[in-house]
Amino acid sequence: MSVPVYGYVALSGLLFLIGAIGVLVRRNVLVILMCVELMLNAANLALLAFGSAHQSLDGQVTVLMVMAVAAAEVAVGLALIVTLFRHQGATDVDEVSLLKG
Amino acid sequence: MVPADFLPILVLIIVAVGMSAIAIALSALLGPHKSTPTKLMPYESGMVPVGDARLRFSIRFFVVAILFILFDVEAIFFYPWAVYFRRLGLFALIQIVVFVGILFVGYFYAWRKGALEWE
Amino acid sequence: MLPTLSVLNLNGAVPQIAVAGAGMLIMLIDALFHRGSRRWAAYLALLGLAVALARVVESGASAETILDGALARDGLGMAFALVLIVAAALSVLVAMDYLRREEHERAEYYALILFATAGGLAMAMANDLVAVFIGLETLSISLYVLSAFFTGDAASREAALKYLLLGAFASAFFLYGIALLYGASGTTRLVEMGTAIRLAGTQADPLLWGGVALIIVGVGFKLALVPFHSWAPDVYQGAPTSVTAFMSVASKVAAFAALVRLLVVVLAPAAPLTSALLALLAVLTMTVGNILALAQDEVKRLLAYSSIAQAGYILVAAVAGEVGAAAVLFYLLGYAFTNLGAFAVVLAWSRRGEGRLPFSDLAGLGFRRPWTAAALSLFLLSLTGMPLTVGFVGKLYLFGAAVQAGWTWLAIVAVLNSVVSAFYYLRLVVIMYMREAEMPLALQRAGLALGVALAVCAAGVILLGLVPGVALDWARQAVAVVLS
Repeated sequence: MSVPVYGYVALSGLLFLIGAIGVLVRRNVLVILMCVELMLNAANLALLAFGSAHQSLDGQVTVLMVMAVAAAEVAVGLALIVTLFRHQGATDVDEVSLLKG
Repeated sequence: MVPADFLPILVLIIVAVGMSAIAIALSALLGPHKSTPTKLMPYESGMVPVGDARLRFSIRFFVVAILFILFDVEAIFFYPWAVYFRRLGLFALIQIVVFVGILFVGYFYAWRKGALEWE
Repeated sequence: MLPTLSVLNLNGAVPQIAVAGAGMLIMLIDALFHRGSRRWAAYLALLGLAVALARVVESGASAETILDGALARDGLGMAFALVLIVAAALSVLVAMDYLRREEHERAEYYALILFATAGGLAMAMANDLVAVFIGLETLSISLYVLSAFFTGDAASREAALKYLLLGAFASAFFLYGIALLYGASGTTRLVEMGTAIRLAGTQADPLLWGGVALIIVGVGFKLALVPFHSWAPDVYQGAPTSVTAFMSVASKVAAFAALVRLLVVVLAPAAPLTSALLALLAVLTMTVGNILALAQDEVKRLLAYSSIAQAGYILVAAVAGEVGAAAVLFYLLGYAFTNLGAFAVVLAWSRRGEGRLPFSDLAGLGFRRPWTAAALSLFLLSLTGMPLTVGFVGKLYLFGAAVQAGWTWLAIVAVLNSVVSAFYYLRLVVIMYMREAEMPLALQRAGLALGVALAVCAAGVILLGLVPGVALDWARQAVAVVLS
């Protein structure tokens, strides 16, 4: 039994939406970062689904690149959060509001 | 099989769920509520729990962990190359060597800057 | 097809290799002999940029692919690359004395500037959406770290975190847009994607339109277009001033380069709809940016809002698509000199350990620091769009392109916005010359490098304003050669 491509794309759309809502709703920096990761992985799922639909490898190759990029982004993000935590003891975005806006 | 054949199963499910719901509701309503420290303790196979379940790791692990993630993920680029190594030949080998060389710049930097030192 | 050296065409990728290579060399040397002054790192960075610049300038008007088709070496890419490299070199000059003054002189700063530039170059020359994405992330991640460079400063840390969270959010949108466009066309190569879209026609394909919309949202975040601008003022204010100067120019140049290429190569068949969408964003961006700028009382934050509004002006020409490409390029060249110059003055005048420069601090500086004040006045006049400066010529071509493409009402809105912007730009000039200082500012000695950077910026603004012909011809010829 095979799932049609649109099944995967719908699932990835749902994951992307959950991630996006999470970023907007949650206040903890770590959770926000995790939600962004969810969004990136939703895009990865869509790339893989389309890749298999088009019978091309481009999608899979792109996913590898995205994984490396996402790791770099998370590394920098976590490093920033650790510095912030060391100085201010806060992991909540509302507590980080020195600058207005 | 027609849907009607499932009717006994449906009845059984309703009865089972209903009975257990009634049992839980009654015990919650009528039973005495006394919480003792022993009751509130997390269950650890009958042992007395030691310490907090959420351990705090030393911040020293942090840099190592980050570096591990970075270099670990870079390894995914080796797999496609390794699988297809024999067909790709010398030029792909040179490309991978260049890639590893760039990774080593980062590794060397982290090492010389003391990111890998424990104390 | 198995990879060979001729497919890679590494010769064309020399600019990226020189820039990124110089960055890695700085890291290596710094790790090996980390003692004493870091001035050498700045010189090495300038050297790498000079090599890249020489390679970009000597490239003829041909269009070829590099790295197996991932990048394009054509007029459009090379021209935006040139602007980017010039901006990076000026940022290095601006940062040299500032970092020492703030006691944050570290070699990594220059390495990160170079990595960001390499990412921007990849965006400007990308012929593949994946290359655009990787370039965008290389640029952005370097900028996140640079924003946090003054780790001891709470504002710097906070700016970096905000930038990272919203930047990563935007990248996710951009990536999902790539995925949808890949689904619609079956390729990530821009040229082939353009062909596929043209063949398929533009009937309602939800994948195509969804992809385009998400990509515009992603780029909109990076360009700080309204309504995706909320991060920009805080990040611009909190980041070290030299970083603000660099990112306000570099990320705009790179993102506009990618946007223009996308509009010309891929989305030309879909022009009516994308233009309408971009026009809406342009109006919002100009108007909101200008109105919010009116309410500011601090120069760095004012310039942040002004940068938002400027992105709106540039977008006016981007709406015109192929017609406006040359105008976008020329304006960005002028904008690089103008904005970098303005931030350089802020950096020279602000108190040690403090990024802010309240309006009251400007009072009387017109006579205490005549040269620097004259330069700042020049930059502000150029940002307003006064005649005899590059800002005037640039805006003329931006709005002219819009009129030419039939967007007259948009051009009128843009002109009205320029008039509004004159209020807040010229107010600074008035304060500098007309008001007495209540508490004279203790000024730092500006270093030689900063002076050179300011002189180059001022000369660029005046020369491009007085004799724009050469640069305009260059821009027109460059954007005419697009790999497609």
